[in-house]
Amino acid sequence: MNGEHGYQANRWRRFEDWDARPLRHDQFAIEDPANGFSAFHGAADPYPGLKIKAGRVTEMDGVAAADFDMIDAFIATYHIDPAIAPEAMAIPASDLARMLVDMNVPRTALTRLARGLTPARLAEAVAQLSAMEIAFAYSKMRARKTPGNQAHVTNAKDDPLQLAADAAVAVALGFDEIETTMRVARNSWSNALACCVGAAVGRPGVLFQCASEEAEELEIGMSGFTSYAETVSVYGTESAFVDGDDTPWSKAWLAAAYASRGIKMRCTSGAVAELLMGFHEAKSLIYLEARCLCLQRGMGVQGTQNGGIDGAPLAGSIPGGVREIMAENLIAVWLDLECASGNDARHSESDMRVAAKVLPYLIGGSDLICSGFGSILKYDNSFNPSSFNGEELEEFLVLQRDFEADGGLTPLEGASALELRRRAIAAVSHVLTDLGLAEVSERMKRSVSVASGSNETESFSLREVALISARVHEKSITVLDVIRSLHRGGFEQEARNLLFLVKLRVSGDYLQTSALVRGGKVLSAINDPNDYTGPGTGYRLSEARRKELAAIRDVLDRNEVLRAEKASALRESRAIEYSQMGQAEPGTDPAEIVVGISPGFGTMIFRTLAGHPLSAVLRALDAGIARGGGRMRVVRLMHTADTSFLGLSAARLSGSGVGIGIQSKGTAVIHQRARLPHNNLELFSNAPITTLAHYEAMGFNATVYAAGELPEPVVVTSKGEALGARFHARVALTYAIETEMTVHNAPPEEVAISFVEGTS
Amino acid sequence: MTNPDFSAADYPTAEKCPDQVRGHRGKSLEALTLEAAMSGEIEMADLRITPEALLRQAQIARSVGRAALAENFERAAEMTALPQEKIMQIYELLRPGRAPDAEALQSAAAELHNEWSAPALAAFLEEAAEVYARRGLFRVRY
Repeated sequence: MNGEHGYQANRWRRFEDWDARPLRHDQFAIEDPANGFSAFHGAADPYPGLKIKAGRVTEMDGVAAADFDMIDAFIATYHIDPAIAPEAMAIPASDLARMLVDMNVPRTALTRLARGLTPARLAEAVAQLSAMEIAFAYSKMRARKTPGNQAHVTNAKDDPLQLAADAAVAVALGFDEIETTMRVARNSWSNALACCVGAAVGRPGVLFQCASEEAEELEIGMSGFTSYAETVSVYGTESAFVDGDDTPWSKAWLAAAYASRGIKMRCTSGAVAELLMGFHEAKSLIYLEARCLCLQRGMGVQGTQNGGIDGAPLAGSIPGGVREIMAENLIAVWLDLECASGNDARHSESDMRVAAKVLPYLIGGSDLICSGFGSILKYDNSFNPSSFNGEELEEFLVLQRDFEADGGLTPLEGASALELRRRAIAAVSHVLTDLGLAEVSERMKRSVSVASGSNETESFSLREVALISARVHEKSITVLDVIRSLHRGGFEQEARNLLFLVKLRVSGDYLQTSALVRGGKVLSAINDPNDYTGPGTGYRLSEARRKELAAIRDVLDRNEVLRAEKASALRESRAIEYSQMGQAEPGTDPAEIVVGISPGFGTMIFRTLAGHPLSAVLRALDAGIARGGGRMRVVRLMHTADTSFLGLSAARLSGSGVGIGIQSKGTAVIHQRARLPHNNLELFSNAPITTLAHYEAMGFNATVYAAGELPEPVVVTSKGEALGARFHARVALTYAIETEMTVHNAPPEEVAISFVEGTS
Repeated sequence: MTNPDFSAADYPTAEKCPDQVRGHRGKSLEALTLEAAMSGEIEMADLRITPEALLRQAQIARSVGRAALAENFERAAEMTALPQEKIMQIYELLRPGRAPDAEALQSAAAELHNEWSAPALAAFLEEAAEVYARRGLFRVRY
């Protein structure tokens, strides 16, 4: 520091405080359209337009058919519907934007028009909406009515026991889909087997995928372990596509391949992928995404994982980047695609930015709100930390409760979680042993069952998992082998659940748009279409579901408060005696400080919010008054439980004219006879952080006021805790107990206090 | 197909018309029990989707305005006959720089058409060959 105490610094020190916030780890980028850093206004964005001759597109968004790159060519052939395009393209973007937020324009009217809109027109329309309008339009336009969510289940060791246990927990939490991937690519078969066993514990129908190399992923799917895939990525520029080692035709081929094996599939695209790959063509994020999404619809995939995805952190570094992520999701659902709406890769170190980003999806709903909610701890997430992870899971549950919004999850009890983990570990251990894949010790099982994350487990090493994985593959083990093994091991319900899942592929019902399984039945955009047309329509919480969301753990009720007080009552009865001495009269002793206690003080409530026994509080006040040469007289006031009136009433009874009012929760005031009720001398409103020393000083200061002098007021220093959040539920319940005890016009009662020696 | 046309009203087919739903070897959904799995009656082939099921889903998709999705199901229906290796071989051929020239794709298309009764897939490859040629994608990448 330069100068005395650094007073010569040339920077306001608040900036140092800000520097220390997690937010400052985020790097922000300047808007630079020429270099691809523009959310909505690319330097080279084309003007929307479409020409059709004899049923074929001859020009689209300013490019003649002869000059189409392969993305244009694919979109022109497979996305643009020539029967609708002339009508749709004749509608100005501003009208389309208004239709999107008009609850009287049904979703299906808009999805129909989208089949005739070019990427540039779609981008132009959504760009006209504010973030709030986008959120509303998204909620109206998403395909399936009932919202859902997807979990990541991975760990840093690729430990199959932990994968099974965590998959079972994810199922219990209500996730509709589980996605795994590996730390080491060769562990894919082991991961697939372990997760599919774990996901069969508890209830049937949670869809499962194992993100791996394209050919292998399909092979794992054909062995029956997985039921869907979503890592088929597409890009918005031809060069990025080629660098991604694919073309629209090769990806569409894969899409058909998955369907031909009865496996649900969605593509993936998200803002800034092209920027990260170095081929942005100076186009805006939204325009490139519009291309990606039209391409996906043209390919005939039922849905998309969309909304920044791995690029979310970079998209978030650009002005309007988060709004753009919302806008691209809106295009996805406008194009009638299932949308697993990102909110996976954590786009910021700031919890506030993360929560703000997810909120529109939580309150508006989404087919899959997170396309990868980290159900495991951050360090165990082999994709990367998610927006929400095992650490923050309860925050998400509380957000659901706060907004009465269905985020797809259901609170989980501690005891049942452990039981499920043990069951899943027992099941996968049996399968591993029974199929000759590995031996599992009791110690390994026990360590995993209670572990929060892989740092705490004594289980398989990555190398041992590689050997398990190789054996699964070499022995050509299929899901049928696993089903049979589960049944042999006495895991009949799990065997049935797994068979149920594999049987889904026979009918192919879950290949339709936005399909998931609820209550053993396929639910999709066909039999559960989003029918939002205004208040009272669309998805609404049932009363049963509302109660489920509300049932988080450790909630306080009146009985809990009284139960806790009862425990203190006995101890207090040994520390202090309150004797009623009849009606209290005004005093005349100028050394007297009257302490007015509230109706429940020491009779119903026995501790302050800070946890001090009320006997100790009275002792401290007494000591402080004595130190100032005063004398404490206690009266119980039954006509009020309000601090100010307690204080003023006490002051009016006091010979010195100064009194202290105190509620049983510890809130106190120093008051003086001639003052107005709320114009006190000193108020101690932060009971949770008020110490006995503060009460002692309060007693002392009362005597100083009584002597007509001005003391240094007692300061109860706050560290900025959210005291309201910590205590107000208890405050309200405690206070209600006291206010119920008040009696109109009840006279004050003289109370003789005797402290029992040796306790305090 | 002798089946009547399917639409959204027939969905989900496993619930609305379970007798129409069969596994690859003709087993009904009802026959696909855990007991049958244990006795060895069920093989993975019984759990494979049929072209009929995919075409049914295509009709249902089309009935709710999802023609592109329906076309994918129709391509998939043709693809059910293709073994995994063939699917992956053609996928590989479709990736940029794998096919040395348009003819490689065209001959794969001919094979799909003639040997696998897959005209839609064949046309898809023909089209890719044309676009790849125009965009210079027949270039060696590694």
